[in-house]
Amino acid sequence: MAQAQLPVGTPLTTPEPEHPQAWKWYDYFTFNVDHKVIGIQYLVTAFFFYLVGGLMAVAMRAELATADSDVLNPNLYNAFLTNHGTIMIFLWIVPAAIGGFGNYLVPLMVGARDMAFPKLNALAFWLNPPAGALLIGSFFFGGAQSGWTSYPPLSLITANTAQSMWILSIVLVGTSSIMGALNFVVTILKMKIPSMRWDQLPLFCWAIMATSLLALVSTPVLAAGLILLLFDINFGTSFFKPDAGGNVVIYQHLFWFYSHPAVYLMILPIFGVMSEIIPIHARKPIFGYKAIAYSSMAICAVGLFVWVHHMFTSGTPPWMRMFFTISTLIVAVPTGVKIFSWVATLWGGKIRYTSAMLFAVGLLSMFFLGGLSGVTLGTAPVDIHVHDTYYVVAHFHYVLFGGSVFGLYAGIYHWFPKMTGRMLNEFWGKVHFVLTFIGTNLTFLPMHQLGLQGMPRRVAMYDPQFESINKLCTIGAFVLAFSVVPFLINIIWSWSKGPKAGDNPWGGLSLEWTTASPPMIENWPVLPVLTTGPYDFGGPPEDDDDDSDFDDE
Amino acid sequence: MEQIPGSILTLAAGVVITLLSLWASQQSHLFFPEQASEIAPLVDNLFGIMVGIAVAFFFVVQGAIVYFMIRYRQRPGDEEDGSPIRENLPLEAFWTAIPAIIVIFLGIYSVDIFQQMGGFNPGDHAGHAMVGHKHSAAVVAQAPDMNMTSDVPMLLAQADTSAEVGFGASPENVGKPPDVMVDVAGMQYAWIFTYPDSGIISGELHIPVGQDVQLNISAKDVIHSFWVPQFRLKQDAIPGIPTELRFKATKPGAYPVVCAELCGGYHGSMRTRVIAHTPEDYQAWVQQNTVANAPQESPVLLAQAASMTPENRMVAGHIHQMGITPETLAQLHP
Repeated sequence: MAQAQLPVGTPLTTPEPEHPQAWKWYDYFTFNVDHKVIGIQYLVTAFFFYLVGGLMAVAMRAELATADSDVLNPNLYNAFLTNHGTIMIFLWIVPAAIGGFGNYLVPLMVGARDMAFPKLNALAFWLNPPAGALLIGSFFFGGAQSGWTSYPPLSLITANTAQSMWILSIVLVGTSSIMGALNFVVTILKMKIPSMRWDQLPLFCWAIMATSLLALVSTPVLAAGLILLLFDINFGTSFFKPDAGGNVVIYQHLFWFYSHPAVYLMILPIFGVMSEIIPIHARKPIFGYKAIAYSSMAICAVGLFVWVHHMFTSGTPPWMRMFFTISTLIVAVPTGVKIFSWVATLWGGKIRYTSAMLFAVGLLSMFFLGGLSGVTLGTAPVDIHVHDTYYVVAHFHYVLFGGSVFGLYAGIYHWFPKMTGRMLNEFWGKVHFVLTFIGTNLTFLPMHQLGLQGMPRRVAMYDPQFESINKLCTIGAFVLAFSVVPFLINIIWSWSKGPKAGDNPWGGLSLEWTTASPPMIENWPVLPVLTTGPYDFGGPPEDDDDDSDFDDE
Repeated sequence: MEQIPGSILTLAAGVVITLLSLWASQQSHLFFPEQASEIAPLVDNLFGIMVGIAVAFFFVVQGAIVYFMIRYRQRPGDEEDGSPIRENLPLEAFWTAIPAIIVIFLGIYSVDIFQQMGGFNPGDHAGHAMVGHKHSAAVVAQAPDMNMTSDVPMLLAQADTSAEVGFGASPENVGKPPDVMVDVAGMQYAWIFTYPDSGIISGELHIPVGQDVQLNISAKDVIHSFWVPQFRLKQDAIPGIPTELRFKATKPGAYPVVCAELCGGYHGSMRTRVIAHTPEDYQAWVQQNTVANAPQESPVLLAQAASMTPENRMVAGHIHQMGITPETLAQLHP
């Protein structure tokens, strides 16, 4: 905290001679408290789990190439689908977007030397590897088989040990998420350099702020639900056992009260990433700064009141179905505002066709499509038909793969030079983009049709009439799996041998580009002074007289 | 860019996109399986309207993205920044207001459809208890060797209370008892259909076309979800919470009944059929099966019913494991 109160521009006391200016490779495997090390630890660990979850997806698509259950036995298939979902959400997107980019960038963007609570930060990260180990270890006990939602009573009666390990794993990542969120809120509120006005705060930090508030409100509810479930499984309680007076629908409320906002936990930081990448690569100020900042907060608030749309076909009374139809539809408005603002940012720009920009614009297209199908799912009458079908699978993969994963890739291409001091190869980046874009659409677009026609999700065997469309999806999944190869080779090769990046290869104006690449320990030799806003492209710096509404907050 | 050609182009694009979205909304029914219930056209129309709106938005936004990406790409040697436009309040108000109006319209429209579907009247089925009681004595008579596990009575007792969730009577049928009532029980991995009026127990659902049918849905073990894609209807079968679906089939034929909620390893094989008969055929079916369903034969029939589809053969053995004997079924209608 003392660091935040350093007067701007005061030189740091001369570092002691033995004080290292850069970390050694083995520091990345220790309980290091530097936010940059922790950010990279998060990103690399999460990417490892992405590969694990991806292999599960490939195995499932191989199974679904034919209508019969011939590749995996049905219980193993269910274990794969449960763990695929869990890993991708809890160990890939959320940790990579919030833990990885958030930790790496927030202190750099607000001009701080570290997060507010560095040890808490390291502790939050180190809860993730055991969580992942528990999940993967659960396969030795049959694997949790009741889907990532783990609705009782199914989760009470299948593979109890594996299910308990699954619960403990989620509680660990949930705890990590709460610790991280607290840290972000305090860091942004208290450690922003004094010369940075609220309306000069990079939009990524606004997004992380909204995300953290959402996580702080909703995560404990999931933890409560899961712990009650754990008690039911292991200690003979009957919160969710219908034959002993329990209520299975209560679990669904507790679960979705977190897990719908989890969708925003996955996408809000990515919205922040988009708001950083598009202006830099289009050489334009972001269009509608305030609208984008406010809409993050609006999504955070409204996002807490939409969870029941996952339960329209469940034990939901009529008034609830209607209330949540309308609140769900309303989320489309702030989301639309963001999308229109990014499109408007492209107008009149000088757009660079970098890999980061391609992924960002690819995200715009794909996420937009996912948003449109989301509106149809928000209305109860249509949702009743397509709930729990491949239409839903198509929708959330457009949002989470076409949205979050594209955003993570965009962020990696954009900030890799800052993190490693070296450039990624742009040619292979573009190959990666093209393969990913084709693979994603080929895999997930036909699924809309499958769902509308009547194929339920989470099935290892299905009606043979759906076989031809499923084959198409499976081919797409293989393309998607293969698309990771050029990326992985590019990352590994460029990290050690890529051309040197320099401090500011893209010409960015936010604070992280004012320091060395990679940044030294404690980020700057002298704390930076703000000379421009983060998006002052193409003209004189914004004049100071519109000293905005943000100061009141 | 001259003013007039620009606005003519915009106008032309607007007309083309409008026509395209109207055409798309007309074509959207092609995505769906055939419409076999009274509410299916309502749902398809709502979806069609959303498809129309979505197509218009899609072309406007994607068109803008593609156009801007080409028009405003960096030219070789041009290292300048773009124009420093930060905001435009009228434009932002416009694109906030338009989607807001659209979603409010869609919200109101879907409430209306929901009302016509009978979404606001579950539990409105005068006569259920009476019909249930009429039958129960007969079935209990089939049950000399009751051997129930302790948790069964509680579950089944709850199953008889009136459903508060699901789809009930459509507005014109409020207060009227349904023409046909069927008790639907989901279990791993089969649906059992019991007709309280005639005592028929079946593994396939038989209903008459054009009559008001009510399904009283319950679950024996885990959550299942009763879905007939051609009817556009789905309702979870929840242990301990009775639910219902009330609908009118419009087209004779055999349609799949799918379990949509993950219910265990063989969830994908939990499939059966609903057969919509003409009213005469339905009466004939009832006649035939009421005779066949003499008490001493019912366990056999039950086993046959449960193993109707090849994938469901394992269920035959499973039924006894689950404690699904005629006497437990009898408990569904005390």
